[in-house]
Amino acid sequence: MPQELQYLRETASQTAGPYVHIGLAPGAAGFDIYKQELGHDIVGPNAKGERIRVEGRVIDGTGSPVKDVLLEVWQANAQGIYAHPEGGGEVEDGFRGWGRVITDFETGEWSFETVKPGPTGGGNVGTQAPHINLWLVARGINVGLNTRMYFSDEAAANAKDPVLNMIEWEARRPTLIATRTEQDGLAVYRFDIRLQGENETVFFDV
Amino acid sequence: MKQNGDYYQRDRTLHPPALTPGYKTSVARSPQYALISLQNSVGEITGPVFGHNDIDPLDNDLLNNYASPGENPIGERIILHGRVLDENARPVPETLVEIWQANAGGRYRHKKDTYLAPIDPNFGGCGRTITDENGYYYFRTVKPGAYPWRNHVNNWRPAHIHVSVFGSAFNQRLISQCYFEGDPLIPICPIVQTIPDQDAIEQLTAKLDLNATIPLDTIAYKFDIVLRGRRSTLFENRLEGN
Ligand SMILES: [Fe+3]
Repeated sequence: MPQELQYLRETASQTAGPYVHIGLAPGAAGFDIYKQELGHDIVGPNAKGERIRVEGRVIDGTGSPVKDVLLEVWQANAQGIYAHPEGGGEVEDGFRGWGRVITDFETGEWSFETVKPGPTGGGNVGTQAPHINLWLVARGINVGLNTRMYFSDEAAANAKDPVLNMIEWEARRPTLIATRTEQDGLAVYRFDIRLQGENETVFFDV
Repeated sequence: MKQNGDYYQRDRTLHPPALTPGYKTSVARSPQYALISLQNSVGEITGPVFGHNDIDPLDNDLLNNYASPGENPIGERIILHGRVLDENARPVPETLVEIWQANAGGRYRHKKDTYLAPIDPNFGGCGRTITDENGYYYFRTVKPGAYPWRNHVNNWRPAHIHVSVFGSAFNQRLISQCYFEGDPLIPICPIVQTIPDQDAIEQLTAKLDLNATIPLDTIAYKFDIVLRGRRSTLFENRLEGN
């Protein structure tokens, strides 16, 4: 008998289901229970950098908006540092870089406010263009989907980004780039996520 | 010297595939292209850090966190406890665990749930906690009831508690469901059966843990959660200068 490897196996994923809000955003489920819900304030009051708004919809394979999605945001600050011991340095007091966003039950629209992150990286992969990591769960999604949102006004950095460039199908790269507009003096980025079908968003096995 | 390296690749053979026609909602919500595999970079090996200031010490007590003073929810009183570990069997300390569930009648406190079982005025149905230095967590709650759902006309979910865990990196992020041993609905549930691996289903099934019960008070179930493990880099072989 050969020796055995003593590894455990990861717990299998299951869908978050239609009532994910009860656990992760009870206010949206319709009741108040916690002193503070987590993930409403992504960057805190002291974050440096450009304040931006990001908005979009998640669209299914029939072209319909998905109205029961929960998204989580994970991003670096304007200097490209993540709020984590391995994040590359110190961040502003109160900066977490993580947030929770839910879609409107009627329209499927979601939005969040944050600061535009700086370029990140080095290490094995090389310097990466500014981007926001997104993770989405919903009824009908069996394993949470990871994607990234890049910025349309960073064309030069995007052209050199090692992750975008790794996507062999160039026609799919624009599915990861949010479009910048200005509304009442605020930069607003539009990022629609298509789960399936024409212009299906690129999702990653991270 | 040993250093932390990349996380082990997720073993997709034990997770449900995206498209599982028996669970009908997945059909239009499943990406058709293959996922693009990423090497770990800083955004994947980091993740949000939570502390005890983020939560309230009572948040893990669903018997009391929504009940009127002196009252409790109706149902079988249970302790759900266990450890969060990684694939190297090392504890994951100081990590956020969040749960949500239906009440003992199978009804969720959610404006979209219209099942005819009543709302329990003393039960919210959510809790959260942070694991201790050994990766240990516990909740007090009531055992949730089975409930019907529209998939086929006569599908019933086995009793389950939804579980969300962070770990220390965003690529360990996981949401799953905890079932209870002996439930005859487990093998016929289309959501459970999205999982192609029988051992992985058994790993989602909490075991009765008599040693952890509080006699004459609360029965206990044990549920360990395993997150992706991380490689130790024994030799530094990175290319310089990139
Ligand atoms: Fe459920």
